[in-house]
Amino acid sequence: MVKVVLKEVSKYFGKVRAVDNLNLEIKDGEFVALLGPSGCGKTTTLLMIAGIYKPTKGRIYFDNEDITDLPPKDRNIGMVFQSYALYPHMTVYNNIAFPLKLKKTPKHVIHEKVVKVARLLRIDNLLDRKPSQLSGGQQQRVALARALVKEPDVLLLDEPLSNLDAKLRIYMRAELKRLQKELKVTTIYVTHDQVEAMSMADRIAVMNQGKLQQYAEPNILYDKPANIFVAGFIGNPPMNFIEGSIMEVNGEYYFDSGVFKLKIHRSLGEMISSKTEEAILGFRPEHIKLVTTKAPNAIKGIVYVVEPLGRDMVVNIKVNDTIIKALASPEIQLTPGQQIYIILDERKIHFFNKSTGEAIV
Amino acid sequence: MLSLPRYRIESRKTKALLRSIIKYLIVIVVAVIPLIPVWIMYLWLIMQSFSPKVNLGIIPLGFTLNNWRFLWSPLKMGLKTYPNIWPITINTLLIALGVSGIVVLISTLGGYALSRMEFAGRTGMMKFIIALHAFPSVILLIALFIILNKLGLYGKGYVTLLGITLVKAGLEIPMASWIIKGFFDAIPWDVEWAALVDGCTRWRLWRSIVLPLVLPGIGAISIFSFLSGWSEFLLVFTYVKDEAYYTLPVLIYHMIGEYKMVDWGLLAALGLFFTIPTIIFFSTSQKLLLRIYVGGVKG
Ligand SMILES: Nc1ncnc2c1ncn2[C@@H]1O[C@H](COP(=O)(O)OP(=O)(O)OP(=O)(O)O)[C@@H](O)[C@H]1O
Ligand SMILES: [Mg+2]
Repeated sequence: MVKVVLKEVSKYFGKVRAVDNLNLEIKDGEFVALLGPSGCGKTTTLLMIAGIYKPTKGRIYFDNEDITDLPPKDRNIGMVFQSYALYPHMTVYNNIAFPLKLKKTPKHVIHEKVVKVARLLRIDNLLDRKPSQLSGGQQQRVALARALVKEPDVLLLDEPLSNLDAKLRIYMRAELKRLQKELKVTTIYVTHDQVEAMSMADRIAVMNQGKLQQYAEPNILYDKPANIFVAGFIGNPPMNFIEGSIMEVNGEYYFDSGVFKLKIHRSLGEMISSKTEEAILGFRPEHIKLVTTKAPNAIKGIVYVVEPLGRDMVVNIKVNDTIIKALASPEIQLTPGQQIYIILDERKIHFFNKSTGEAIV
Repeated sequence: MLSLPRYRIESRKTKALLRSIIKYLIVIVVAVIPLIPVWIMYLWLIMQSFSPKVNLGIIPLGFTLNNWRFLWSPLKMGLKTYPNIWPITINTLLIALGVSGIVVLISTLGGYALSRMEFAGRTGMMKFIIALHAFPSVILLIALFIILNKLGLYGKGYVTLLGITLVKAGLEIPMASWIIKGFFDAIPWDVEWAALVDGCTRWRLWRSIVLPLVLPGIGAISIFSFLSGWSEFLLVFTYVKDEAYYTLPVLIYHMIGEYKMVDWGLLAALGLFFTIPTIIFFSTSQKLLLRIYVGGVKG
């Protein structure tokens, strides 16, 4: 139950900047997800917080106390490693009991706690086995039990659910979130599954190539992505991007992609053109309205492929050479090759600076 | 596949069968047949030692413990009486245990450093270690003689044996470090880190996690170095002049030296006596020794 602060933390491995100037504040009891593609420095960040790696630069604080040089054992951290890192020579029971033994907890208390956490994670029937006799998902839950049992101040989870089947994963997500709120333990949860991050975390830190891209609540990440990377990373199917420029004709502003012109509001147009000429238009598949008849300010396209998803469907629309993905209800009858019009809601479109990738609106 | 005519499937089956038969034949020729002389030699030893007389070398005629009398009475061959077998056995055992103890202690620490720590010249050092092992102790005899002499470890009974133990251990350490390094390599970093996060000190990490995981490796190098100390001949032969401080290999050598009146039965019994540790180790720890070559940390 501590506040974790990373101040200008960097970690270099030779020339590789695994983490680059990371500033992050995790509030007491908060559940934060570290989200990013493979190799973006998530594990490295966790290992620095755990005290395994020493930052090349920067400081780490727990509750305003500088713990950068504190050894791991004095940080009271529970961690699930990406590879589970169970002790191969110990039974599941002893694996879970190990942190408690190190704390010199009385035997009967250890027993109670181990059994309780094992039951919670549905591994109480496996306590006598060795890790090599477990499936990946079972090993993962043992690792989780080992991290939880010591009632840590900070819980570091490196993709703890990646090996579970869909059903168990959904159960564990809910269980983990409930548990986290109940124990009020400050939690940093690494994942590259954005659905997992969105559904579990209070705040999400999106990383790419060692750099923090945006750190905000899930809905803000979704509604107001700070840059093109975040916009494209959050949301499924991902946001559509179209390059173009802003032009003014007789006091009216247009986004011109070269293929179509989209009229935009005057104030919006002025703001964009004050920052850049070359802009990227972004809009989410779920914010597109499809109509079959010509409408004002609609983009004309041709239905390319339709992918039914059950509850709704993804329509791939070809606008000249670009494919635009739209989410539509399956009621509309669409056939490939058919002409279609895309209507965008101006309140839900985004513009990005083409050269920097920063969001303008 | 399914549409293939039946006769073709049949002919494929026969071919596969033929191939596996040929494979087994090759294995037998390559691996089993060369071992036959070795087995015959051991059979010869056993028969010779327990029988007053043998036919064709391996067919015993009667049973006797006469050849084993050196275990409870003075060791005599021809006219000469040799020192009692038990002090000699203890000398041999002391060297073997000493070598094994020193090798385990130093190679385990060294192997850990080689496996886990990044330091300048690590790769060069490992190559050097392998090269070291290639040097036979013969070429070091004179240099070692001078060193032992300077250190006052020459010609002083047990002190000389101590010196020999140190030298022998020194010669064994490079290879043993290599073997044990492989065992350390097989422990994932994550496992060590997990232990540190769980609250281990460095020392506790070693004792509770690392050591148990390399125990098979430690077992293996202790057996190897024990046997190599047990059968050390050259160093003892060169540096020990007093019969009281002989070891079994040197004793056996001297007895063969009396070639005019060799008592083959006695020699066979003595040879068997000498191989007892080897036989014990290899029959009890085959699995362990195999794992050195297979390697890996498995629960
Ligand atoms: N010990 C190391 N030595 C050298 N480079 C390393 C080391 N550890 C990590 N890196 C590099 O640092 C970068 C970040 O690695 P990290 O393991 O933190 O990624 P990650 O975000 O956890 O990725 P994943 O989702 O695949 O686990 C990668 O480019 C990686 O190659
Ligand atoms: Mg990782």
